[in-house]
Amino acid sequence: MTAIIKREMYSYFCSPLAYVIMAIFLFFSGLFFSLICLGNNTSELSYVFSNMFLVTIFLTPIMCMRLMSDEKRLKTDQALLTSPVSIPSIVLGKFFSACLLYLICMSIFLIYGFTLSFFTTPKWSVIICNCIGLFLLAATFIAIDIFLSSLTESQMIAAVTGFAAGLFVYLLDNVANAVTVSFVSKALNAVSFLTHYQNFTVGLLSLADIVFFLSLIALFIFLTVRVVEKKRWS
Amino acid sequence: MVEVKNVTKMYGDKKAVDDISFTVKSGEILGFLGPNGAGKSTTMNIITGYLSSSSGTVTVDGCEILDDPKGVKSKIGYLPEIPPLYTDMTVRKYLEFMYDLKRVKLDKEQHIDEVCRLVKISQVEDRIIKNLSKGYKQRVGLAQALLGNPPVLILDEPTVGLDPKQIIEIRNLVKNLGKKHTVILSSHILSEVQAICDRVLIISNGRIVADAETENLSKVLGKSDKLRIQVKGSKSAVINAVESIRDVKSIKTERELSDGIYEFIIEENQNCDVREAVFYKLAENKLPLMLMQSADPSLEEIFLKLTNDTSYAAKREAVK
Repeated sequence: MTAIIKREMYSYFCSPLAYVIMAIFLFFSGLFFSLICLGNNTSELSYVFSNMFLVTIFLTPIMCMRLMSDEKRLKTDQALLTSPVSIPSIVLGKFFSACLLYLICMSIFLIYGFTLSFFTTPKWSVIICNCIGLFLLAATFIAIDIFLSSLTESQMIAAVTGFAAGLFVYLLDNVANAVTVSFVSKALNAVSFLTHYQNFTVGLLSLADIVFFLSLIALFIFLTVRVVEKKRWS
Repeated sequence: MVEVKNVTKMYGDKKAVDDISFTVKSGEILGFLGPNGAGKSTTMNIITGYLSSSSGTVTVDGCEILDDPKGVKSKIGYLPEIPPLYTDMTVRKYLEFMYDLKRVKLDKEQHIDEVCRLVKISQVEDRIIKNLSKGYKQRVGLAQALLGNPPVLILDEPTVGLDPKQIIEIRNLVKNLGKKHTVILSSHILSEVQAICDRVLIISNGRIVADAETENLSKVLGKSDKLRIQVKGSKSAVINAVESIRDVKSIKTERELSDGIYEFIIEENQNCDVREAVFYKLAENKLPLMLMQSADPSLEEIFLKLTNDTSYAAKREAVK
């Protein structure tokens, strides 16, 4: 697994991809930070974090699009699958490498926190809670996008379906409100990423939200493993 | 060392590999020979655990692929048809990655150096793989298979796309590797398999149609009973002269070369040698013989011969 993480990090940072992603992340988080915090004279980072939802939707598919699809296209999966490594550790290795890249992007929030500390004492606990929330959200999208990437040999299809999935999840609240059948609407609200994520941004660290994201991650990693395994049998 | 038992692989309705069984002894170099689409790569992919068989078992050094996939995979070095190279990495970085992936427990630096020297890629170690020529890519693929000195090497068409000098080098290398490793290699070139392998399996339509030691291969394939001759002179005179020889079954004109030289194919009766008779007969008729050689059956002819075996064809029909 560590070998795979190392390779994926090498491939991220030996191509412009990692730098482009970090630059986009930096630009938008910086924009939100200066508009919301510096512009409004507030130390409240929560609004910045809730806006990061959209940025995450657009960055994670690009981070993950080639992770599984390229292996199939370039036939390098033959090397992975004939090495003494289990399929779950291959998938986990790829998942963690994308998570690691996102964590590196997120480290910029430390600087925003320090910037605020010149003016006031920031609520570090709220910032940390926000960071945990954003990271869990991104990790969930990464798991979904890796799954989508494993279904195709084309990076483009992986990316586009990733965007679509992200956008759909984003719009789930509106769909839930439009549905008149109350139990369907309730069920949709219960799986709304936005609702679960917003609990983090207001500083609520609840077990239910953490379990929600963790179980989705586990589900999609499991599905990815099954997709890779299925290829052997068909 | 490697035991394949009743392995069948279905792709949907199509049988890619049809009930194949064979064993490879330790230290043996086994050649898979067959036309494209015969099931060579599929069989190799099943042995290495990349694909699963629809039925049947594969055992490598006592480990069963389904019970102990990691055990089997750690004993095999595999060079697939398309070398599995991460083209964005340098050769060195790639080999280091594969070393880690295979969990080799040798001295890392020294072992990679040794493998690079063996396949002669030391001078390109720091280059990015996508900039290398096909021959070097093939060698990097081979280096990857050699990492960790696995007891079994499986090489899928290792000499495809190489220039003649590289082909000879790779052949010699594989031959040397055969002294320490058990090697299974595939090819669709008969002479290549003959040059490297101790034993040959001929596969056609997913079935083994011949299994022989290389020395006995000609017996299995059957002696050539055709002669190719080039004669200067009139076409009909040559045909009349040759047809009068007792053991000649038939003669037919192949093509006209330059200046009234014609090429003919003579078919002789089984177990007869008409070369001397042809020579004297043509000399008698003042027809200068420019060339005479046995018309070796081409691989296609061998396949036709082997796969057109009527009993086998009938069996297949019955199965359908």
